[in-house]
Amino acid sequence: MFDLEDFRAETRAWLEENCPASMREPVRSEKDICWGGRNAEFKNDDQRLWLERMAEKGWTAPTWPEQYGGGGLSPEQAKVLREEMARINAREPLKSFGISMVGPAIIKWGSEELKQQHLPKICRGEIRWCQGYSEPGAGSDLAALQTKAEDKGDHYLINGQKIWTSYAHKADWIFCLVRTSWEGKKQEGITLILFDMETPGVEARPIRLISGASVFCETFFTDVKADKTQVVGEVNKGWTYAKYILTHEREMVSAIGGDASAVDALGVQSLDAVGADEQGRLDDPVLRADIARWEIDQLGFRLTLERAKDEAKAGEGVGHYSALLKYAGTELNKRRLELKVAAEGMGGLAWEGQAWKGGALAKEWLRSKANSIEGGTSEVQLGIIAKNVLGMK
Amino acid sequence: MATLVLDDEQKMLREAAMRFMAEKAPVAQLRALRDGEGDAFDAPTWAAMAEMGFPGALIPEEHGGAGFGHVAMGQIMEAGGRTLAASPLFATGVAGASAVMLAGSDAQKAELLPKIAAGELLCALAVDESVRHTGKAPATTAAPSGDGFAITGAKSNVADGSIAGLIVVSAATPDGATGLFLVEAGASGLEVEPVEMADSRATAILRFEATPARALGEVGQGAEALARLLDICNAHLAAELIGVAGKAFEDTLAYVQERRQFGVTIASFQAIQHRAAHLFGEIEQARSLVLAALSGLDEGVEGLPRLVSAAKAKAAAVADLATNEGVQLHGGVGMTDAFDIGLFMKRARPAAQLFGDERFHANRFASLSGY
Repeated sequence: MFDLEDFRAETRAWLEENCPASMREPVRSEKDICWGGRNAEFKNDDQRLWLERMAEKGWTAPTWPEQYGGGGLSPEQAKVLREEMARINAREPLKSFGISMVGPAIIKWGSEELKQQHLPKICRGEIRWCQGYSEPGAGSDLAALQTKAEDKGDHYLINGQKIWTSYAHKADWIFCLVRTSWEGKKQEGITLILFDMETPGVEARPIRLISGASVFCETFFTDVKADKTQVVGEVNKGWTYAKYILTHEREMVSAIGGDASAVDALGVQSLDAVGADEQGRLDDPVLRADIARWEIDQLGFRLTLERAKDEAKAGEGVGHYSALLKYAGTELNKRRLELKVAAEGMGGLAWEGQAWKGGALAKEWLRSKANSIEGGTSEVQLGIIAKNVLGMK
Repeated sequence: MATLVLDDEQKMLREAAMRFMAEKAPVAQLRALRDGEGDAFDAPTWAAMAEMGFPGALIPEEHGGAGFGHVAMGQIMEAGGRTLAASPLFATGVAGASAVMLAGSDAQKAELLPKIAAGELLCALAVDESVRHTGKAPATTAAPSGDGFAITGAKSNVADGSIAGLIVVSAATPDGATGLFLVEAGASGLEVEPVEMADSRATAILRFEATPARALGEVGQGAEALARLLDICNAHLAAELIGVAGKAFEDTLAYVQERRQFGVTIASFQAIQHRAAHLFGEIEQARSLVLAALSGLDEGVEGLPRLVSAAKAKAAAVADLATNEGVQLHGGVGMTDAFDIGLFMKRARPAAQLFGDERFHANRFASLSGY
């Protein structure tokens, strides 16, 4: 326990020394998020510096082994780091599907060669990853995927189409589910393979969304050659790895609802737009009640997130909670944005122009509708809880 | 951030309390009391609870208690909620003990706490003056009289008010402050009107006409103690509600996995799976809030009243949901007295109403949050 307090003191001092002041401001727009990658766009020098310093410490991936670029921290130490970062409102130095999704699967099942090739670059934010999962005919029924990988000796020849591939047009590499067998159960012919998005035959086309943004792509593969050494784990065992990655993805998506600094004070934040009565209460009692109930649910969710982490410290027991947290966190975020748009009135629905930040809130509100669809719909999560946690059949 | 996992001692106590309630204070005992001669609780079971140290769980060892703390007492309350244990534990071990500990003089603590811990002195807390908890200052008055005071007014919603030996009463002092006073059962000018509630528990309406009383601690410092006392009461009612919701859910889950229609169990239907999964998630999130509130009481965190209101509001909402869904998913048998699920519904509501329901606490939460 004493050692942990030493670690806290050291961490606090290091963060004070090394976290630039501008990296302690709340994230206000997409540009404030650092994604890294070959074509990384840094908003300013501070953002680059913060990534470099954290990567140097291994703290972009605090619990990964040091030999692969991680921080080698225990879960308890990682919690201290999170708490100390939260204390000064430090931003995440890097948002990375490499760290949150494919990395853990490579650590668990990848060959030594794959670990050495990919993990350090993920930690340093040098390679940006995307996830090739959903297909036009395989959404909630993901295991029905049809993208074909033919065995050509030293490589696979890949043909097919993915959809809803987040940021495929900006990613450097893809971790992709492909069908390597049509025999037996559909889950038993799936392989997880990695390849470069610059490989000939790969094409990513952004899809314009209701928010006006284009974060998802249709991704086409035409005779794409992928080296066999890039198969993660065993051929035809990809479904197991895919589910493991989805568990991590769910955690990441559910963290949307857990970002305390950004969301907790919805009631107070609404005072300007809604006004207050003589006693300082929001001047719309029904909205006030809706917001109070949301804030209470939000607090319960955030404490549950914390409790899940505390309980998981001993092992990796994230499976029990991940579907629940994904479901609850995303539904809360949707409710938050409905309430926020309601509180801002017509201002919350402005789309263009100088007033009301040029429609930023309306776009965020529409973006949030995808929260309960991506990474497994709310309905899929409820099904997982019912079957896997409650044993209903 | 509050501690959200139980330590080893708390885990052991939780298991012991679960076992005790299941064996010694099961739902069948509540039925027997309800259908029996009018006893509000089972005396041998209460004596056994005292043996286990339950009524003294919050009381320090120097005053004859076990000094387990609020997280631990919350586990006992939850265990009691799971079996609908009808006992004086809440009114005596939580409300009475906490009132004396918060406001009592050293002499009063030395006199009263050992008797409470031993289960010998039953208590009741008389605060409300209308059917709903309002949080307003009392209209009941305390006028100086001889060495003590004379209480005049009326109190309602007094849990265990008809069986308590000692009643803690909130009343306005002549200078307009709120004070806490002790009235003994059988005092002159005290009229007790028993009211049996939907959950078959004993409450009472109490009427005071110049009833002799003594001040609990310093007169005039009651408002702060009362606020803290109500936070403690609400945190433990929330813990009981988690027990009520949790067991109602488990019974319902077991039922839908057994009940067959169209040749399959009804648990195989997605319409039922999704409702059960949602309910499970809500209970777990309410549990986190209640744990945070209880450990906040032990550790003294900032913003505790706001946290307690969040916990009570969420626990009350979840207990409503769990018992409403429970009856619905049981179908026709859920409406029968033979099944326990209806009894859980009947306990969920009074436990939520006492000292403020979901709406009261959501409103208080908003005010304490600055909007």
